[in-house]
Amino acid sequence: MRRLTVLLIVLLAAACVWSFVVAREHGWWFPRNVSAFGERIDHLFELITWIAGAVLVIVFLLLALVVWRGARAGRAERAHGDTRLEVAWTVLPAGVLVFLAYDQLDEWRELKYAGSRPNVPVTARVVASQFDWHFVYPGRDGRFDTLDDLETAYELSVPEDEPVVLELVSRDVIHSFFVPALRVKQDVVPGMRPVIWFEARESGAYEIVCAELCGWGHYKMAGELAVLPRARFDARLVELEREFASNGEAAR
Amino acid sequence: MNAPQSFWRRWVFSLDHKVIGLQFLVYSAFFLVAGGALALAIRWQLAWPWSKVPIVGEALYPATGGVMTPEGYTVLFTLHGTIMIFFVVVPLLLGAFGNFLLPLMIGARDMAFPRLNLASFWLMVPAGAIALASFFVASGGPASGWTAYPPLATIARAAPGSGLGQTLWLLSLFLAGVSSTIGAINYAATVIQLRAPGMTWTRLPLTVWSLFFSSIIQLVALPVLTAGAVLQLADRMVGTGFYTPANLVVNQFSPEGAGHAAGGLPLLWQHLFWFYSHPAVYVMVLPAMGMVSDVLAVHGRKPVFGYKPMVLSMGVIVVLGMFVWGHHMFVSGLDPAAGTAFMLSTILIALPSSVKVFNWLATLWGSRPRYDTAFLNAVGFVALFVIGGLSGLWLASTPVDVPLHDTALVVGHFHFVVFGGSMFAVFAALHHWFPKMTGRRLDERLGKLHFVGTFVLTACVFLLMHQLGMAGQPRRVADPYVYPGLAHLKPLNVFITKSALLLAAWQVFLVVNVVKTLLARPAGEKNPWDATTLEWETPSPPPHGNFDLDPVVLRGPYEYGGSGERDHVRQVEPA
Repeated sequence: MRRLTVLLIVLLAAACVWSFVVAREHGWWFPRNVSAFGERIDHLFELITWIAGAVLVIVFLLLALVVWRGARAGRAERAHGDTRLEVAWTVLPAGVLVFLAYDQLDEWRELKYAGSRPNVPVTARVVASQFDWHFVYPGRDGRFDTLDDLETAYELSVPEDEPVVLELVSRDVIHSFFVPALRVKQDVVPGMRPVIWFEARESGAYEIVCAELCGWGHYKMAGELAVLPRARFDARLVELEREFASNGEAAR
Repeated sequence: MNAPQSFWRRWVFSLDHKVIGLQFLVYSAFFLVAGGALALAIRWQLAWPWSKVPIVGEALYPATGGVMTPEGYTVLFTLHGTIMIFFVVVPLLLGAFGNFLLPLMIGARDMAFPRLNLASFWLMVPAGAIALASFFVASGGPASGWTAYPPLATIARAAPGSGLGQTLWLLSLFLAGVSSTIGAINYAATVIQLRAPGMTWTRLPLTVWSLFFSSIIQLVALPVLTAGAVLQLADRMVGTGFYTPANLVVNQFSPEGAGHAAGGLPLLWQHLFWFYSHPAVYVMVLPAMGMVSDVLAVHGRKPVFGYKPMVLSMGVIVVLGMFVWGHHMFVSGLDPAAGTAFMLSTILIALPSSVKVFNWLATLWGSRPRYDTAFLNAVGFVALFVIGGLSGLWLASTPVDVPLHDTALVVGHFHFVVFGGSMFAVFAALHHWFPKMTGRRLDERLGKLHFVGTFVLTACVFLLMHQLGMAGQPRRVADPYVYPGLAHLKPLNVFITKSALLLAAWQVFLVVNVVKTLLARPAGEKNPWDATTLEWETPSPPPHGNFDLDPVVLRGPYEYGGSGERDHVRQVEPA
């Protein structure tokens, strides 16, 4: 049983390491990042992964070693502790943890603190309701809740390589606006109007996922983020304007 | 007090802490089966969405011919979480092992308040029954997750299960909350008041310390959730609006139009909920840590290394654990400055846990283990708990939590702590104290077989959930493959589900072991493991009243090894 236990411990450590080494080739890693800020989140993730991985390997090898060594003859020493060791293994991890805490302060500040919000008008308002995403652009007057607001569903278009600011609104329950490729996630809480910002660096279509349980249809509350070069983004707004106008005429 | 008693007095409405402990054990075992079945149904859907659920499908989903429904799926994970936390792990650790061990280990004849103890069990019976009944409500079972976030949970029109189902869920939570609170009063009072002569605070076994600390958490934090649940009940039933903001239109329905007050804050519930429900994690892991420390010492034949740091680190966890709840709310709209504060406290709480891990390693260093089932499960606890602790580092980091929050990575993380941690400690404790409970040792061969398979399969089920979460699979979705970007994760989900089915099947070895052992004739060994603590000074199983003569404690709980006549000196032995 001693050998088997040691084997199990070593195997589990190996499995942990393996599951990260092969993750990229199997598509088990984060989707490719396309936001300016996402890189820094990924970098922090990797830093923590390396530190946690090193700690895991060391602790598991120690665990395997102490389990292995138990077969010697004679009795254990009746030792109740050692203050120097206690101090050592308190101070050392404390140092690593303080470093980790300190190292992420800047990222968090730039990501969320109101002072870091780019000085551009709100690009669009995200309106969440069971189980759809709706998006409202302010229209030519640049203001929301006016007659020229442009509304669309499912697909949110934003310009490439520019700071984008979104205002999130929910009509009913809590939803969460999650774009994995941008490393963006923010709960959309009714009664609050959280504002998020990002800069997408690559045009293309990316998934919008609802990440907060919002009812029976939560699983299918998908949307799409279309990152467009500036010219095409402007053209898209004009197209929406035209649709809006023709709908208005049809209604008349 | 110890006169012969009728069947009802002895086994049903017993005041004996040992019988109540066994009642809690049977109770949580029943709910473990129920909660486990729900877990398997969840896994079935994630691997093979919208295919007929085997065996129970047609009974549960008659309208669809046995295929899961989206609303049915939300009920599954709501009740899985609720049952496993409130009706399995907490009653198992505190109700069952806590009740049985605490008076015995401090040399008391019973709990300080035996009638409160009786009440705390019998409140759990309607609590559990109501939770189960909520599953069968015609309008739908509770469907807003075990976290019950308003307005989804408070507005009946928001989800099929947010009608009667959610009301029952809240009643059940309220009863369980009252039960745990009076239980905690009892444990704390017992440790403070009823320690045997000589049983000073520094001679308490770590199991007792851990139960004491868990009770403190329950006493301070749980009333907050219980009160919060009452407010949610009021929002639903008498039209208050503590958690409901203004101007909602839910499913074409205006709560205000129907006379509901508005102007409330959904985040208020999240604060009240997590103020208890994060410390609850420590309620579920501290007793596990305490029992594992005891098992490692007894079966490793060596004193626990660093008794005082072990106690101190648990104390730090209790205090710091009250100030980390906000890490569940990093992306909820919480003030980012508060997020920074909660990040710091959360990172800091890794420290006492890591101190404990190093002390366990040092306890094992130079030990002379028997490599029996109790010991193996305790080692398994250390290994799996370390993984769960380390994966928490990602989630403690505010920026990294953003892409990971509410993904399968979180699910993997806390299952390593609660299944890998708490449940392996329970397996260790069961093998260690079964002889005291019943007078019979569990079979070692079956026990080892159970350990090896359960250990391997636990890793197979929960390890790769981290990768699912990194790849972006959200929690609580009935069909991840609606998102084309997640379609390639199906083989991984299938592997996890198959492992989970096997893990559940593997528990047959534990069941067979327990049944077989119970059918055997009791050997009645008083102290089969040559242990030193007080519970081994009385017959197995102990009589009502526990000790014929009140024990007098003369030394600490971990006098193992050394070069004396025997390799251990009991707490009551004179020098």
